[in-house]
Formats: sequence, C-alpha cells, structure tokens
Amino acid sequence: MNFDWNYALDILPLLLDGLLTALIATVVGYVAALVLGLVFALARRSSKRWICLPVGFFVEFIRGTPLLIQLFFLFFVLPQLGLALSPLAAGIVGLGLHYATYTSEVYRAGIEGVPPGQWDAAVALHLPRRRVWTSVILPQAVPRSIPALTNYSIALFKDVPQLVAITVAEPFTVGRAIIAETFRPFEPITMAGLLYLAVALVLSYLGRIVERRYKGMATA
Amino acid sequence: MSFIDFHQVSKRFGDNVVLDDLSFGVANGERVTLIGPSGSGKTTILRMLMTLTKPDSGTIAIDDEYLWHERRGDELVPAGEAHTRKVRSRVTMVFQQFNLFPNMKVLRNITEAPVHVLGTPKDEAEARARDLLEMVGLQSKADFYPSQLSGGQQQRVAIARALAVEPDILLLDEVTSALDPEIAAEVLDVLRDVAKTSDVTMLLVTHAMRFARDVSNRVLMFNEGKIIEDAPPEQMFNEPQHERTRGFLRSVLEEV
Ligand SMILES: Nc1ncnc2c1ncn2[C@@H]1O[C@H](COP(=O)(O)OP(=O)(O)OP(=O)(O)O)[C@@H](O)[C@H]1O
Ligand SMILES: [Mg+2]
Repeated sequence: MNFDWNYALDILPLLLDGLLTALIATVVGYVAALVLGLVFALARRSSKRWICLPVGFFVEFIRGTPLLIQLFFLFFVLPQLGLALSPLAAGIVGLGLHYATYTSEVYRAGIEGVPPGQWDAAVALHLPRRRVWTSVILPQAVPRSIPALTNYSIALFKDVPQLVAITVAEPFTVGRAIIAETFRPFEPITMAGLLYLAVALVLSYLGRIVERRYKGMATA
Repeated sequence: MSFIDFHQVSKRFGDNVVLDDLSFGVANGERVTLIGPSGSGKTTILRMLMTLTKPDSGTIAIDDEYLWHERRGDELVPAGEAHTRKVRSRVTMVFQQFNLFPNMKVLRNITEAPVHVLGTPKDEAEARARDLLEMVGLQSKADFYPSQLSGGQQQRVAIARALAVEPDILLLDEVTSALDPEIAAEVLDVLRDVAKTSDVTMLLVTHAMRFARDVSNRVLMFNEGKIIEDAPPEQMFNEPQHERTRGFLRSVLEEV
C-alpha cells in the first residue's frame, strides 16, 4: 500500500484544525488541573472535617475511575441533569478534573517535603495562616513539584484522543469523518498518529529542560 | 501567678511520660537556663510555650493569660485559636536548626513578620532590619539567600529575625549545638549582647555552661520530666545539691 501524498496534502488542513482543538483541550485542561489540584491538596489538609473528608472522597473517586467513564458522564448524563456542555467543554472539564487528582498528589508530596522546622518558624514569627502558605510553604513546595507536574502535561496530552468518545473534533475524530467520506483510512489515521507523536516529542523535550532547571531546586 | 506560669503540666508521647505534673514560674525579665540529660523534656517545655506542642493536662500562662484556655466566668474553657495566637504573640523562639526561610533573602526573612504581623510600613521594617543585622554583625548580608551563608551567620540572622517581632519572651533551644565551637562563640557573643541591652525574658537550653553562667540568673536542672534543682548559676555550677546534677555537670564538662 502506498502513501498518497496528494490525498494527504488535501486532508492536512482539516487534521491541523483537529490538532489545534487537541492543543486547546490540553492547555486549558492542564491549567485547570494545575489550579484545581492545588485547591484539592489544600482542601485535603484543612483541619475542618466537612472540607477535607468530602474533598478526599471526591478525589479518590475520580482517581479511581477511568477517564472515559467520566467523559461519558459529563457529556451524556450531565445534560439530563440540566447541565449541557459542548463536546470540547466537557472534554476540558473531564481532563482538568481527572488530572487535578494526580497533580494534587504531586502538590501534597511537595508540601510534605517542606521541613517541619519551616512551620515551627512560621509559628514562632506569628505569621497568619494564609501568609504561611503564600510566603513560606508554597514558594518552597511548588518549585519542587514542577518536574512531576510537567510530566503530567505529557500524560494529559496523550489522553486527548479519548475525547473521540464524546465527539470532540481532535485529529482522530476528524480522521474518522474523512474516512466516512473517502473510505481511505491509511493516510488520515497515520497522519493523526504522527501529529500526536510530534507534539508529544516536543512536550517531552520541554519537560526535560524544565526538569533540569528545577532539579537543583528540589534539593536546595 | 508568675509572669510565665506552668501549673501541673503533664505531657506524654505514647508510653513515654515526658513531663510529669510540672509546676514552675519565671519572673518578667528573668534569664533562665534549662539543663538536664537528653530526653529530660527541655525542648518540650520551650515548644509548649511557643504552642508548638500541646500539654495533655495542666495550664500554662503568660502574664495572667492562659495559652490554651480562656476564662469564662469562673471557669477555664479550651481557648479558641484567636486567643492562643494573641497570647503567644509575646513569645518567639530560635531553633537549633536555624529554620530560616530559604525562599527569602535575609532582609525579607527579618521583615516578613513585622510587615505582615505587626503592620509596620515596609521601609520602616527594612530600616529596623538593617539595624538588627548590624547588631549581629551581618549588615553586608541583607541581600543574600540563607543558603549563601554559613551556619553561624544563619543563626545570627535567625536571632535578628526573632528580635524583629519585639518579643517579651525569647526562647533559645540549643542555638549553638549545630555549630563548630569557634562559630558558636560568635553566636553566643551576640546573645550576650542581647541579654545586656534588652530586658527580654529569656528561657534557654544550652550545653555551653560558661555562657549559661554569664547570661542567666537562674538555672533549672531537669531530670525525667521534673525539676530536681533550681538555683542561681553560681550555686548550681559550684555546689550542686543533687547527686544527679553533679553527675550531669561532670559529664557535660568532660565533653567540652
Ligand atoms: N513529637 C514527638 N513524638 C514522640 N516523642 C517525642 C516527640 N517529641 C519529643 N519526644 C520525646 O520526648 C522526650 C523529651 O524530649 P525533649 O526533646 O523535650 O528532650 P530534651 O531535654 O530537649 O533532650 P535533648 O537534650 O536531647 O534535646 C524524649 O524522650 C523524646 O524522644
Ligand atoms: Mg532538646
């Protein structure tokens, strides 16, 4: 079987549109995961049981169930409960929530890595609790979390094809639409795969740079 | 009630009874050295005053205000967080491991509490921080990170940082134990200075006996969670009454 370059060139713009959608889902979903994960990590450390228990249960529940099921729930069930999301919005919420449960563990480890003496000193200086977090604990915990957080950006990106299941127009969804018209699957599927591979390689390369930059900090 | 008042304080960790029904008082302005063998509860006492450790029973008061209790009518009830914060705001502590904030430069380590707790304007807090740095001999290090300083320098910054919160009570837990002897001497000189130039009440745990003799006007000998001897330094070091004290002092002096 030969790769048909003319066919490939014809469908490339459509697939690139799909890639743009995949990148939007990745970036927005990842930012949401970074923010929500921190919120989860802090909520689970709360001394108030009515905060830490439900949040803990929710996080464990999300982490313990497959992303695909969560996407189905967000896209097919939630509208029945009165909240209809577009495919992309549902995908971003699903990815963001799911990966927030992973990033919250990374933050937790980072926070626990701050030596207890730092908390002691904050008490000895009478710092208000909020200030302890914003100026003492998080500035030390977050930098040491960055390498592991970066790895989750790659993992999240590689889960974007699962959004096919809820009809988000990422490259494979686009590819399937093309095949439905042309009945020629070889080029679109191969190209969609290569597009994912290219972005994943770039992300891992960036990840390695970030890791090198922050490795020193984790031990400092 | 004394200025600092421990009343029937007990503390255990698991089966380990660290403090057993301990009562003692410290007067305002007094300099008290706590001595005693390892594990006798000296750090626990200081950490309780700093509210880093909570007693199992008994009361601790500073200037007639309980750390962990509030008065409601004639009764003592468990204190709310705001009350505990208010009472402990008169106390600060310097630690064996310095515990400077590594993410802040020296100057901000010192100004952080004045600016965000006392509400001192930033430039005023910085001017005062520079004065304190000068007092500890480190005016040139204001813009360094703690990791760029030696242990002795870090501890002197920690002392400056503690003084910046304008404490009435200064707790010092083996502040020179992590340092080489010559370096430790510089830190102790700074503390002698503090003792001479301020009227802050000091509770210190140290193995530097000559220093303890110089700065303190009272020494408490701890053993197994109890005070077994309470005397001025001359008496404690020259003619200890208790056999355990004699044995302990002999072992400490041999170490040096
Ligand atoms: N957080 C803790 N958990 C369990 N045990 C503890 C804890 N803190 C202190 N202890 C125990 O309490 C006892 C008293 O400890 P403390 O640190 O007050 O002694 P110390 O007199 O300061 O001793 P050292 O001279 O070695 O510093 C020790 O047996 C110690 O192991
Ligand atoms: Mg100790």
